[in-house]
Amino acid sequence: MCDARVGSFVLATGTYCLMAAAPLLLGATELPDRLRRFVDAAPAALLAALAAVATFAAGDALVIAARAAGLLAAGIALWRRAPFVLVVVIASAVTALFRALG
Amino acid sequence: MRLAASRLDDSGAAEANAKRLLRRRAASVTAAVAPFGIVFGASAGTAGLSLVEAIGFSVFVFGGSSQFAAVEILGDGGSVAAAAVAGLLLNVRSLAFGVLMAPALAGAWWQRAGWSQLMIDEATAVGTSIDTPALRRYGYLAAGGGVFVVWNATTVVGHVLSSEAGSLIEDLGLDAAGPAAFLALLWPRLRRRPQLVVALAGAAIAVGLVPLVAPGIPILASLIAVGVVAVIGDQEGASCATPASGVSCWPPAPTA
Repeated sequence: MCDARVGSFVLATGTYCLMAAAPLLLGATELPDRLRRFVDAAPAALLAALAAVATFAAGDALVIAARAAGLLAAGIALWRRAPFVLVVVIASAVTALFRALG
Repeated sequence: MRLAASRLDDSGAAEANAKRLLRRRAASVTAAVAPFGIVFGASAGTAGLSLVEAIGFSVFVFGGSSQFAAVEILGDGGSVAAAAVAGLLLNVRSLAFGVLMAPALAGAWWQRAGWSQLMIDEATAVGTSIDTPALRRYGYLAAGGGVFVVWNATTVVGHVLSSEAGSLIEDLGLDAAGPAAFLALLWPRLRRRPQLVVALAGAAIAVGLVPLVAPGIPILASLIAVGVVAVIGDQEGASCATPASGVSCWPPAPTA
């Protein structure tokens, strides 16, 4: 499957350029204040988006499925100050339970 | 003299503590990646990729969702260009991650070049969970390195299992492990109101865009939320990462 090799090469090269652009070109340059504030708050938006999309997206459709129950359980566990690993285990277990119950 | 020495001990102990905490966070996100590696290996096998081709994706592309997208498109008979573009769109966020991590990744150019291959969601999330640049790099490398090893190992497992892996992951609810890990990494930031607003707005924007735009764009578009908050202004300081504030996003190291 030659396509797969060409595809992965192009994707790998392009991805690496994206990954390395800032560390290689920007280095430890001090960012302007406004940009720094943006950069400091960015992880909150990205993490929330990653969690939400991975929970509610199925292809290009939105679904409220067993995963949503798992995420809710994770939220409750975090609120009760459960350790990180336990949060992940609880989310998986609740999702599996909801799926099993249909 | 004695005072200076004990201060040194304190800071050394604090650093060891912080590193232990970072290793635990890295271990957690690494474990959460395993099911997805298995699913990727399985879907690559189903799409007709050889084991070597599947590993090639996992080693050199090393971007979970973009690999899924590319392999799915190739498997459906899509063009190489379509597969590459979809994959790259999903990885544009690595550019943003690079800007976040760059100050902590100071070193010779070849070191920065090597470290950059680990510029993924998990490495950035663990790295930015702590304040000081040296510890940020430690967390980034611990999570990135751990995920790299596990991602490739589980790609092999998934390719070998190929047919059954998908249903097994659903049966065990392991597809919820990733979202839960991201929520856990986000959690400590939510105690600060500006960050809470940014997170809620970012999630709403991303979810709202899922039906409308190509995969990968919604995650990136969530950054609009940050811009909005920056414009409104932020009296409390949106950052948990400002060294001057002396406040960490994370609660003090738990004893467990």
